[in-house]
Amino acid sequence: MKRVPLTVVPDRAPDSTPCAIHAALTDVTRIYAGQKGKPPFHALGPVSLNLQAGEFFSVVGPSGCGKSTLLDVIAGLNAASSGTVTFEGVPVRDKVPEGVAIVFQEDATFPWLDVYDNAAFGARRAGVPENEIRERVEHALAFMGLKAFTHSYPVQLSGGMRQRVCIARAMVVRPRLMLLDEPFGALDQQTRLLMGEEMLNLWRETGATVMLITHSIDEAVLLSDRIGVMSSCPGRFIETIHTGWSRQRDSNTALDPRFGELTAKVWSLLRGEALKALGNQS
Amino acid sequence: MKLAARWRLVLVVAFVGALEIASRRAWIDPVSFIPPSKMAEGAWALLASGDYTNDILQTLANASLAVLLAVAGGFVFGVCLFKLPRLRRVVDPLLLSYYAVPIFVVYPVLIVIFGLNRWPLVAIGFLFGVVAMATNTLNGLERVAPVLLRSARAMRMSTIDEIRLITLPASLPYVFTGVKLAVVYAFIAVIAGEFVLAGSGFGFRIAYAYNNFDNPTMYGLMLLLLVFVGTLNMLLHMAEERLYSRTRRASA
Repeated sequence: MKRVPLTVVPDRAPDSTPCAIHAALTDVTRIYAGQKGKPPFHALGPVSLNLQAGEFFSVVGPSGCGKSTLLDVIAGLNAASSGTVTFEGVPVRDKVPEGVAIVFQEDATFPWLDVYDNAAFGARRAGVPENEIRERVEHALAFMGLKAFTHSYPVQLSGGMRQRVCIARAMVVRPRLMLLDEPFGALDQQTRLLMGEEMLNLWRETGATVMLITHSIDEAVLLSDRIGVMSSCPGRFIETIHTGWSRQRDSNTALDPRFGELTAKVWSLLRGEALKALGNQS
Repeated sequence: MKLAARWRLVLVVAFVGALEIASRRAWIDPVSFIPPSKMAEGAWALLASGDYTNDILQTLANASLAVLLAVAGGFVFGVCLFKLPRLRRVVDPLLLSYYAVPIFVVYPVLIVIFGLNRWPLVAIGFLFGVVAMATNTLNGLERVAPVLLRSARAMRMSTIDEIRLITLPASLPYVFTGVKLAVVYAFIAVIAGEFVLAGSGFGFRIAYAYNNFDNPTMYGLMLLLLVFVGTLNMLLHMAEERLYSRTRRASA
């Protein structure tokens, strides 16, 4: 594995050369109006971020710092209170742009559809011809290790398998930007590791830009090109760390001494913020 | 056949057998109760004679109309309650106490309004079924997982598509429970209505036979009714099981 010294380089791709900006946030905030006489709640920002085309970007931060709000704002599921969000140069306003797929933490499989129809759902919505859908779905299910469960219903699958169905559904629409909101949060550690490797394979195969929201520092360090470390609420980026891993990384990357250095670096940034968040909650 | 179903069958057969023996040995007053085998004979004779076909069809038509109106009206009402929280806050206490009120007391009023024809029966059947349908529809809509609705937004669905492709299929098991209850309640109400005051129909014929001490006809009609409603319930139960077996979560 290529050894790259630990550096903190904001907004740069792994090879340290400037890349095309795929999605961008400029001075974005999200403030929820106060209800029943309560003051407005400042949930996020201001944050600015340039997601480079084809990079794997992870966001870590204390609980309740606004990580999921950030993802919602980029996706167009939640409108920014101020600032601008663009995807491929087009402003994002209260609607998920074409080319963006989202995988949520909760099980979002449709229980009334079998695995095949679940995976094909988004592509059918997008009007992809049925023969092409079949090809894509078969490939996605084989890729995610679900081929033997093509005609099973979600109720017959484990939590990890259901989450893989959701990832396959996102994969079939061939997104250019994949937003992952703690997709492995409800899974056990072993399944998380395996799913992380599958995510890396998927990222390499599709060439999509990936933004992962996670609580796990190890997961963020192992999977990402860059890690955005957020402050406690209202969440802002306190630092963006460039991991420097090669694109062919896998779980063995954890054996690299730099893995520990990076993990310690992220934790040192995060610790104070996590304590602040705990203080805020108590 | 599952073990529980076998035991259920044994229980029913044993009960009917006990009734047969008790009535044949005159342990039960033979004037007021006839053996189940005689009831079956009476039921077959009624069907074969064709004398009651019009009454049976009329009851079925009235009950079906009541079910149709209760299901359609209850569904729309349930959706309105879900979409309009203020309306829900207003009517919630009324819905909660709805089945505590003997709805049947309004039957004479319905006769005054509609006259002595099929419509008071359809109306009472509707009133019995509509609230069960509405509350189950509301329950189903409330239980649609928020993540499924977020998925719908992530897939850029229109409101109509979201309802058609996500909300309805996700709430279907609960809505189906409403349909099942509406069917049962509507049948009970229509037949009871005919029993109390009507000029024809299944319930009226049972009441007529009862008043004339015509036990074979009365029990024959009751048995036919029991078989019909039992079969209908079984079919609904099977359809519901089929629906649930696909969608029920392992953790549920």
